[in-house]
Amino acid sequence: MSAKTGGDGHVVVLVATRKGAWLYHGDAERRAWRVDGPHFLGHIINHLVLDPRDGRTLLAAAKTGHLGPTIFRSVDLGKTWNEAKKPPAFGPALGGMSARSVDHTFWLTPGHADEKDVWYAGTSPQGLFRSEDGGETWSPFSCINDDPQYREWMGSEKDGTPDGPKLHSVIVDPRDPKHLYFAMSSGGVHESLDGGQTFSTLVDGMEVVAGFEPSTLTYHDPHCVRLCPSMPDRLYQQNHCGIYRIDRPSNRWVRIGKNMPKEVGDVGFPMVLHPRDPDTVWVFPMDGTDVWPRTSPGGRPAVYVTRDGGDNWQRCDVGLPNGQAWWTVKRQSMTVDRQESVGLYFGTSSGELWMSRDEGQQWDCLARHLPEIYAVETAEIR
Amino acid sequence: MKVLLPSALHSYTGQAWVEADGAMVADVLDDLDQRYPGIRFRMIDEQGRIRRHIRLFFDGEIVKELSHTLRADGELLIVQALSGG
Repeated sequence: MSAKTGGDGHVVVLVATRKGAWLYHGDAERRAWRVDGPHFLGHIINHLVLDPRDGRTLLAAAKTGHLGPTIFRSVDLGKTWNEAKKPPAFGPALGGMSARSVDHTFWLTPGHADEKDVWYAGTSPQGLFRSEDGGETWSPFSCINDDPQYREWMGSEKDGTPDGPKLHSVIVDPRDPKHLYFAMSSGGVHESLDGGQTFSTLVDGMEVVAGFEPSTLTYHDPHCVRLCPSMPDRLYQQNHCGIYRIDRPSNRWVRIGKNMPKEVGDVGFPMVLHPRDPDTVWVFPMDGTDVWPRTSPGGRPAVYVTRDGGDNWQRCDVGLPNGQAWWTVKRQSMTVDRQESVGLYFGTSSGELWMSRDEGQQWDCLARHLPEIYAVETAEIR
Repeated sequence: MKVLLPSALHSYTGQAWVEADGAMVADVLDDLDQRYPGIRFRMIDEQGRIRRHIRLFFDGEIVKELSHTLRADGELLIVQALSGG
């Protein structure tokens, strides 16, 4: 068995939820789905990711309501699981700063194709970790976990998302394993050109909540940052304050969400990129008015797509409920496959898994009655 | 000594009651981790703090410090805090 990134394998959808994990194996047409799960029933699974370099290794970021966090690892696509020998954990307090403990691992990113067995993890509270043995043992990575400036930018536990501030969107440039990005909610977007020895900020052009000072990184809340696989100098970002694009070497984000319909706005969590077309991305807008319901605007869920890099956006809601659907789709809960007609997938806070076989034109519900969905990823197996 | 573990940790031990040795709670937890790798970190964080929803009792008294001394003929009860509906 091996994973493939070219688009002619069968698609497996990896679903991480508040109460366990499920794998949905699709047939060649992505019409029939074989359900494999639950895995870890009752565990909070924040992310479930397959290593594209070997097509066998699955990592699951797990905890339970009572127990501390860990990483589970499978080398046979989920048939058997073993626990990491050394899960992500902070070191002792340094320089008078408070000691921190990992509440949960939130984000998992496989390393560069040339760095077999390297993985990165982002945690809550914000921490960056690395494994060099396929996820068996993890160590704090880079200077940022204990850097006084970064600790200030990370803010307190009250400055993050409701279940804790997070380090997420760990990105490895496919052209250079030393070129890294990550983002923090809160704390902004950061870039390293030297393999994580040093990082610099990348927040110019990003807006913050009115009344706050954008030069203070604590006020920056990027929700999801993605790098274009087909144009690695381009990144897109869904932020608490809008949708952005950046084309390197520029250091300035451009708010392309201003072109969204005014009645919908450009607030949301996920950011999904076409695997081959750098001008096509999808977002899932949410209601960011008054008390921030974080549900679909008007109770009418819809995906929005741009095919020209953000100048124009079209609504994609055929097959989705046309009213009284009060979902939230979280930042890791929407993704694509790499098939010729790209499949789109999202999971909802109400435990529904939806898919489109035609890049968002038509939507079908793949599963209902799951626990609250935290993350959806795909892989292609042959 | 005998140690009672909550159901959430039976995946490590296969049973509720296990044997472990140590003069202090910290020693017993280290011994448990030797016997059942990974179990300690699920109960105690990397700063040596008992996790928020874990409670330890020895001879009917709550234990709040890992330096708490134990008798070999006692029973250490490790339980999940009542923290939900």
